[in-house]
Amino acid sequence: MNSFFARKYVLQGIFIFIAISIIARLFYLQIIDDSYILSANNNVLRKMVVYPARGVILDRNGKILVQNEPVYDLMVTPREVVELDTSLFCQLVDIEKDDFIKKLERARSYSPYRSSIFEKQLSSKTYARLQEHLYKFRGFYVQNRTVRSYPDSIAAQFLGYIQEVNEKDIENSKGFYRPGDYIGATGVERSYEDLLRGQRGVRNVMVDALNRPKGSFMDGKYDTLAVAGEGLVSSLDKDLQQFAEKLMENKMGSVVAIEPSTGEILSLVSSPTYDPNLMVGRERGNNYMDLLNNPHKPMFIRPLQAAYPPGSVFKVVSALIAQQAGVINGDTRFNCPGGYRYGGGRAIMRCTSVCGNINLVQSIQRSCNTYYGHVYSRMIDGRGMPGYKAYDLWKTALNDFGLGVTLGVDLPGEKGGFVPDADYYTKRYRSNKWGASFTMSLSIGQGELGITPLQMANLMAIVANRGFYYRPHIIKGIGTENITKKEFTEKVHVGVDEKHFEPVIEGMSRTVNQPGGTGYMVRIPGIEMCGKTGTVQNPHGENHAVFFAFAPRENPKIAVAVFVENAGYGGTWAGPIASMMVEKYLRDTISLPQYIQDRIYNADLLPKVKKEEQKTVPQSTYIEHQSLDLESINQSYAAILNRRGNE
Amino acid sequence: MNSMRKRRLFGHVDWLTIILWFSLCIIGWFNIRAAVYDPNSSGLFDLNTNYGKQGLYILSATILAFIILLIDARFFITISPIVYIVTLLLLVLVLIVGRNVGGNQAWIPLGTFRLQPSEFAKFGTSLVLALFLSNQSGKAPSLKNLLIGSSIVFLPIVLIMLQPDTGSALAFFSLILVFYREGYFGTWVLVFGGLAIALFVLALLFNQWLLIGGIAILSGLIFYFTNRRQKALFQCIALFLASSAFILCVDFTYENILQTHQRNRIDVILGKIDDPRGDGYNLNQSKIAIGSGQLLGKGYLQGTQTKYNFVPEQSTDFIFCTIGEEWGFVGSVILVGLFVTLLLRTIHIAERQKSDFARIYGYATTSILFFHFFINIGMTIGLVPVIGIPLPFISYGGSSLWSFTILLFILLRLDASRKGLSG
Repeated sequence: MNSFFARKYVLQGIFIFIAISIIARLFYLQIIDDSYILSANNNVLRKMVVYPARGVILDRNGKILVQNEPVYDLMVTPREVVELDTSLFCQLVDIEKDDFIKKLERARSYSPYRSSIFEKQLSSKTYARLQEHLYKFRGFYVQNRTVRSYPDSIAAQFLGYIQEVNEKDIENSKGFYRPGDYIGATGVERSYEDLLRGQRGVRNVMVDALNRPKGSFMDGKYDTLAVAGEGLVSSLDKDLQQFAEKLMENKMGSVVAIEPSTGEILSLVSSPTYDPNLMVGRERGNNYMDLLNNPHKPMFIRPLQAAYPPGSVFKVVSALIAQQAGVINGDTRFNCPGGYRYGGGRAIMRCTSVCGNINLVQSIQRSCNTYYGHVYSRMIDGRGMPGYKAYDLWKTALNDFGLGVTLGVDLPGEKGGFVPDADYYTKRYRSNKWGASFTMSLSIGQGELGITPLQMANLMAIVANRGFYYRPHIIKGIGTENITKKEFTEKVHVGVDEKHFEPVIEGMSRTVNQPGGTGYMVRIPGIEMCGKTGTVQNPHGENHAVFFAFAPRENPKIAVAVFVENAGYGGTWAGPIASMMVEKYLRDTISLPQYIQDRIYNADLLPKVKKEEQKTVPQSTYIEHQSLDLESINQSYAAILNRRGNE
Repeated sequence: MNSMRKRRLFGHVDWLTIILWFSLCIIGWFNIRAAVYDPNSSGLFDLNTNYGKQGLYILSATILAFIILLIDARFFITISPIVYIVTLLLLVLVLIVGRNVGGNQAWIPLGTFRLQPSEFAKFGTSLVLALFLSNQSGKAPSLKNLLIGSSIVFLPIVLIMLQPDTGSALAFFSLILVFYREGYFGTWVLVFGGLAIALFVLALLFNQWLLIGGIAILSGLIFYFTNRRQKALFQCIALFLASSAFILCVDFTYENILQTHQRNRIDVILGKIDDPRGDGYNLNQSKIAIGSGQLLGKGYLQGTQTKYNFVPEQSTDFIFCTIGEEWGFVGSVILVGLFVTLLLRTIHIAERQKSDFARIYGYATTSILFFHFFINIGMTIGLVPVIGIPLPFISYGGSSLWSFTILLFILLRLDASRKGLSG
């Protein structure tokens, strides 16, 4: 009966062998192989990104330009939804019952376990109403997030907008951005993106097998907080900006106002503009396409990107450079018989009137073409050197004034305008034996020159400061400590002595304040404004009106350049706008006669566009198209002036 | 008189086994709590949770164990045919009125409780097998008795396969060890059985013709290095032919007889398919749970894998995951140690019986416990295919806890009066 007793050892052996196998396997799984702890963490841990609030942008007086507005998305986790009072729910959320079923079905088809958006962007009123009853609707909850909002709808092109990052952004950021993130696309939003965006936080959340959140991991020990973006203080004056945009309504052009003593941009208008709130929210895509297709190109940033021949206002620069070069002084007189003959008397550049024998101050006051023909000839031909060399000196002097180069404003897309170098003409005339008479139109700011409105305003700031400027900038303070970027606190000298400015300023003052001056109509009682009108011939239609000014004469507070396209004479359109800007800023009242104000407000100077033309504007080549256009304008000018020179 | 008998009884009872049994029950209970633990519900003892119910089951199992110890040992011998017949009837009944849960018609609903007859069939079959084989002792083991004995085991297997509950049915095959101990076949059968399993695995892993070629070379080598006599040649050729036939059979069975899900489970175990979302999900999550426990575990109620339901059936078949994750390597080894101690102890108990009935019953108990222990833990760590059977005394479930308790305590009762039993 017990003859097989020894077999118990075999069986015991088997048991022990199996136990050792199990322990060996456990040893491998639990001690040797580290991958399982990782897998377990991957299973249960979800890193939830906590989005920081984007920095708020204030104006120079602490008024809000850009802020974050909470929106409430109603979320649903279909699996958790239990029977509910549908009619109450629909009434609270303000939807139809069919809609309710459809939306719930859509969420369910996305995922029964994961939450998805049931209704986007509830108003805060709806949210408040719903919140009281939310406990009755299991599976529903409200998630709030923020969107950008622009309370006064101003300065659209300069504040810019944000958009979802694309592949390229993600690549360029070396993985900082992730799909679904927002990035500044234009304006301040783009140039100050690094500061505004803040720092993402991470919340480690544990989830169960169905991906339902189950609480924080290790009581949040490894969580990081989101750091809100830096707030920015803009140099813009909200009220002045609003006022300027109103003045520029239904006009095409630019207004740039700068505080000369700091380089802070007080107002920056590119007209026509658009409501920046259009670039936020559900209708964004459509609005964006509409703006792109708009024939008046509201997305084009005129003050920074449009380059025009400056016209008569250029005489101010000519006078300053010529004095510094020593070819004229404050007392130099030229006789104006109604035009300037040059090229051995074969060509003539006409003046608006017969000015007679005038000095420098009078030449500015009367905007005499003849005087500047003489000045330019002396600059190029009268310096004892070949014309092209003298020309390059002249060009360098212009560049020192910030003309033909970018000023380094803190906004993306700034263009430098165009001041041709000597080679340009050498190539054109196939010889370097050219002189003043070959480029005479430059003397009065016409011809190939392309100057942006920002450069013009900066030029005015230089004159107001008597010889230097600070880089124009739109953000004057960063963060809680209100730090100003270093490059904006450095004086840039233009290389013209202070004493040379007086006659020019005197001329500009007389332009506005002396009867007969081209700007006399827009003078401001009690404030000595110095200004200069300009009219730029436009071969495509009405002339462009230019006016730039600064005020008061002593200790100037504001320098302004106004450019109205297709408006006609500078003194008529640009002058009043500049004058009202100055007075509004200095005194917050307007003393200009009401009828002039009304004329400005009611004017519609937008070029008329035929319906068919609207459709033919190619969207993608928008900017290119524009710059091509400008080039052709410049070339047309050159052609016209050359013709005129040959008369 | 009565108290005298009691004292004698509890004096002779194997207390080590009872301590092991009780430890396992309590370990199971605590880990079921961890497996169903919901951090959001504060109730410590809620009768609606598996944890609460298992508490009641353990309590009732203890009462049951006490009653068994009070009953005269001879009673179990006498009623064993009746128990066997009743369990068979229940197995037939379950096919008629049973509740189908998870594809298996294995439960008879009794109010809120569900009775699982296949669990009770284990001790019914063990009793009858012990009765039959003990009646044949004294004679040499015969093929006839082996066949009759096998039939006793096969009857419930067939009925359980009809549910179909492959896992529970397979557990009865462990009774092979009883036949082995009683001398119905030689050690070589175990050796060849082991070889067959090895070949089976190899046949599934490698191309069958390559494998047959390999065995041909191996047979040739064995012949070359042994005595190279004619007899050895025949043996080697026979070995080769048998192996080849077996491999072809395995392949045929695997391709044509096994169901897809069974095939998939084997494939996952063998690493032939890597499918962590589908059939491999359970095993993968189970391995993650155990593997992430590392040396000391994550601590009680801290297991994220089990707490957040990544492992399915974690309070029943995959309860070992909870232990592996929260108690780590140390805890797992302690549990394995407890089980091996229990198994060696029951062998020891079986061997010290004078009565053949008690010894054979002891081995039946040991075999069934061993099979459940090995297959259940083995499947959670990827040693054997996923077969849904409970871990004795640990897994949640009234039927299995009671049947294992009855199984074990009948042995203890027989052991307690071993001096009075004979023949």
